[in-house]
Amino acid sequence: MIFDYNVIWENLPLYLGGVLVTLKLLLIALALGLAMAIPLGLMRVSKSQLLNFPAWLYTYVIRGTPMLVQLFLIYYGLAQFEAVREGLLWPYLSDATFCAILAFAINTSAYSAEILAGSLRATPHGEIEAAKAMGMSRAKLYRRILLPSALRRALPQYSNEVIMMLHTTSLASIVTLIDITGAARTVSSQHYLPFEAFITAGAFYLVLTFILVRLFKSAERRWLVYLAPRKA
Amino acid sequence: MLNGYGSTILEGAWLTLMLALSSVAVAILLGLLGAAFRLSPVKWLAALGETYATVIRGIPDLVLILLIFYGGQDMVNRVAPMLGYDEYIDINPFIAGVFTMGFIFGAYLSETFRGAFMAIPKGQAEAGLAYGMSGAKVFFRILVPQMIRFAIPGFTNNWLVLTKATALISVVGLQDMMFKAKSAADATREPFTFYLAVAALYLVLTSVSLLALRFLDKRYSVGTKAADL
Repeated sequence: MIFDYNVIWENLPLYLGGVLVTLKLLLIALALGLAMAIPLGLMRVSKSQLLNFPAWLYTYVIRGTPMLVQLFLIYYGLAQFEAVREGLLWPYLSDATFCAILAFAINTSAYSAEILAGSLRATPHGEIEAAKAMGMSRAKLYRRILLPSALRRALPQYSNEVIMMLHTTSLASIVTLIDITGAARTVSSQHYLPFEAFITAGAFYLVLTFILVRLFKSAERRWLVYLAPRKA
Repeated sequence: MLNGYGSTILEGAWLTLMLALSSVAVAILLGLLGAAFRLSPVKWLAALGETYATVIRGIPDLVLILLIFYGGQDMVNRVAPMLGYDEYIDINPFIAGVFTMGFIFGAYLSETFRGAFMAIPKGQAEAGLAYGMSGAKVFFRILVPQMIRFAIPGFTNNWLVLTKATALISVVGLQDMMFKAKSAADATREPFTFYLAVAALYLVLTSVSLLALRFLDKRYSVGTKAADL
């Protein structure tokens, strides 16, 4: 038999621990990323160049460079500066988990901001005119009309972003974390069974991806029913 | 420039570019094949194309790269002795990189191409046939040029993702610009400088790609009218 799955079976706890690490990285990064994406997305639709340009530059640079480079800049790069090494944040910035989450959050904030900006721009203009005619202030207009509907309509694209982020978290294994990919790398190097080790990791990701797709499908059914095509 | 490491990094950048271009060529071929499978009336071919696209898109690039590089090498050397070949087979990392990236992004492109073919109104192919064009002529004169038009936005996205994903190949030892930057960073203890330089080079690459593909999009969209909002 050319395949040997006993080793994988014995190392299942390692993989399951990896699943938890992957989910932790994903959820924290997404939460932080979304919190940053909302102000950034609003800046991206602003008519004021002073607000729009910095947000444009941020999303352009982040989306134009590889995630791996961003991660290395934060995790390895920042240590080059003495001010950072002696600064207050050093205990955090020398921690792989913190750096990975920070890099992932920055990355997803740029993509999510563009998704949100696109969704805001696609708001039917009648809704905005109606809100103005009702005498809503700008802040109320954003809070009650623009953001709720734009966030809903961003859902299908955001689900893609979340799945991309799930896959991106695999880079954490490069900075020594034991996520699913990290578990596979450990098994692969300890037992020299790269094929079985990585196939197993792939299967775990595939299952997680399917679960996420399902979750977003039901979220869309909950919040986007009013946009679904009418059933015959 | 860059403590004398500037030229090695530029060499690495050249390798990155070659890797990206060769991979996208493989990806286009596999993408067209995948799209053809998925649109085929033969059930098992369609299912095969569907499985390829779904499975590859559901697994992170890094895992696939590790699987194909290390797992593939391992498999080749487990199977080869059974076929009576006893020497250890070492796969060239550039070739392996090209096929790995091509295989991954072929799945993404098959989705783009399938959508583009489906966006062409059916009547057009029928009209071509009614004019007495052969099937091949309909395909190359009517379907392909319009398919390219519909596929360019999706292709642009995939090309940008692929370009950036080439950085991952450095993890398995191909000496692209990311790998060279890592060696330079280790040698000089100035990681920020070198990774920033690589980030800038990637930004140049993605910016030039965007401009070039926007130009191409304009050329292929001659004769269409954008919705004027």
